[in-house]
Amino acid sequence: MYDPTVARLTYRALLGRRRALILGALPLLLLVIAAVVRALAGADDQTAVNVLGGFALATMVPIIGVIAGTGAIGPEIDDGSVVYLLSKPLKRPTIIFTKLIVAIAVTMVFSAVPTLLAGLILNGNGQQVAVAYTVAALVASIAYAALFLLLGTVSRHAVVFGLVYALVWEALFGSLVPGARTLSVQQWSLAVAHKVADGDMVTSDVALPTATVLLVMVTVLATWYAGQKLRSLTLAGEE
Amino acid sequence: MTTLSIDHVSRWFGNVVAVNDITMTIGPGVTGLLGPNGAGKSTLINMMAGFLAPSTGSVTLDGQPVWRNERIYRHIGIVPEREAMYDFLTGREFVVANAELHGLGAKAAQKALATVEMEYAQDRKISTYSKGMRQRVKMASALVHDPSLLLLDEPFNGMDPRQRMQLMDLLRRMGDEGRTVLFSSHILEEVEQLAWHIEVVVAGRHAASGDFRKIRRLMTDRPHRYLVRSSDDRALAAALIADPSTSGIEVDLAEGALRVQAVDFGRFTVLLPRVARDHGIRLHTVSPSDESLESVFSYLVAA
Repeated sequence: MYDPTVARLTYRALLGRRRALILGALPLLLLVIAAVVRALAGADDQTAVNVLGGFALATMVPIIGVIAGTGAIGPEIDDGSVVYLLSKPLKRPTIIFTKLIVAIAVTMVFSAVPTLLAGLILNGNGQQVAVAYTVAALVASIAYAALFLLLGTVSRHAVVFGLVYALVWEALFGSLVPGARTLSVQQWSLAVAHKVADGDMVTSDVALPTATVLLVMVTVLATWYAGQKLRSLTLAGEE
Repeated sequence: MTTLSIDHVSRWFGNVVAVNDITMTIGPGVTGLLGPNGAGKSTLINMMAGFLAPSTGSVTLDGQPVWRNERIYRHIGIVPEREAMYDFLTGREFVVANAELHGLGAKAAQKALATVEMEYAQDRKISTYSKGMRQRVKMASALVHDPSLLLLDEPFNGMDPRQRMQLMDLLRRMGDEGRTVLFSSHILEEVEQLAWHIEVVVAGRHAASGDFRKIRRLMTDRPHRYLVRSSDDRALAAALIADPSTSGIEVDLAEGALRVQAVDFGRFTVLLPRVARDHGIRLHTVSPSDESLESVFSYLVAA
């Protein structure tokens, strides 16, 4: 199911110079914000929740997910170099699964690690806030990577759609329309974080069992469907 | 012995028919797929390579379907027309990766790089390669698993004459070794120099098939049209039509010229200046009016 060569090619494409810069910029921004907030306001649990929930989980994680998820396959399909993978005796689901693992790993490294560091800077993991949001970031990384990998497989405008979902749906709609929150990766991961943090520091609109089922379902279905799409991917001719 | 069979294959995109009911069999040796730009060559090659499903009909390799059959790629090597590769890799890394994807190692990659004579630049990034170098590395990646069928889409595009000759030598060698090699081209001379067998595709249809000499003869024997201006068009017309090499003459008053249709190309080219001299007529213009490849192709379709 996992092909090390496909993984290596994907890592190198994802962590190429320009993309790595974009991937690194947001985590850096988070750490700077955390340091500034800590210096100005001191250690405060609620502030930590606001920064980690409002910026790290609501904005940074989905954007990193978009870049890593769509970037793991989209550019190859766009420029046609995916032909070198498709012209091999390699099962299509293997290609997708391998790329999913890479996208998850990259999203986790660039989102969960800085979230943990920012949490430690903000309140030294008081009330388990830092760990709770780190777990949320890890969980969200899986679902986002799967979702945006699928998007990268089916659409040439995956990055735009991905950003619209991440910013408009997750960040804006989610905060305005209560119903939208049930269908939000962010809320599902918050349900997991709620379990980890002490008391009611971290809350979610979705119950943990629902969240877990939805997370697993979205991840599995998106990955399966991406594999199917790749099986019948048509490489348009030059004419 | 590898045979690629295309059986009543059509492919349409919406209302546009790109490939129209083509049936052909490609056997060992070098076959040229010839046709003008936009004739459906790439669509056909994509279907042969299993990258595109035929709308109707089937493509099989020794009886095995090509579409949605990943295992078939053990036997097929593909050199796509598109430039995009993994530009951030070196040539060697790229070919090694292709070998690994076939379950092979660095040794097979090295052999393929040697075959295309790219060892000298194998440690440079692909992004620094010239068009011809890219083409050769693509070729190495297609040869790495020693395939019995090699498909190349416009492989000579953008190559300089020396690179072109090298690649032709290589393909000729592949054909001599008994591989089935198919390459597409819209340039007659390329196909003439390399292919043993030709398939001509025009406007999505299979226009001609067979030995190159036969097709070449069809092409040279076709009626040639000339536009001729002279000091006395009518006298010239009368003298020319008396000879069997001329099948028709029209006096084009608007153009102030003769439109001559010749059936025997060789004889006509000797006849015209002689007749003019004998009758004291000065020739001002003699220009072929349908020498474009497209007109040659459309003649073949009708033939």
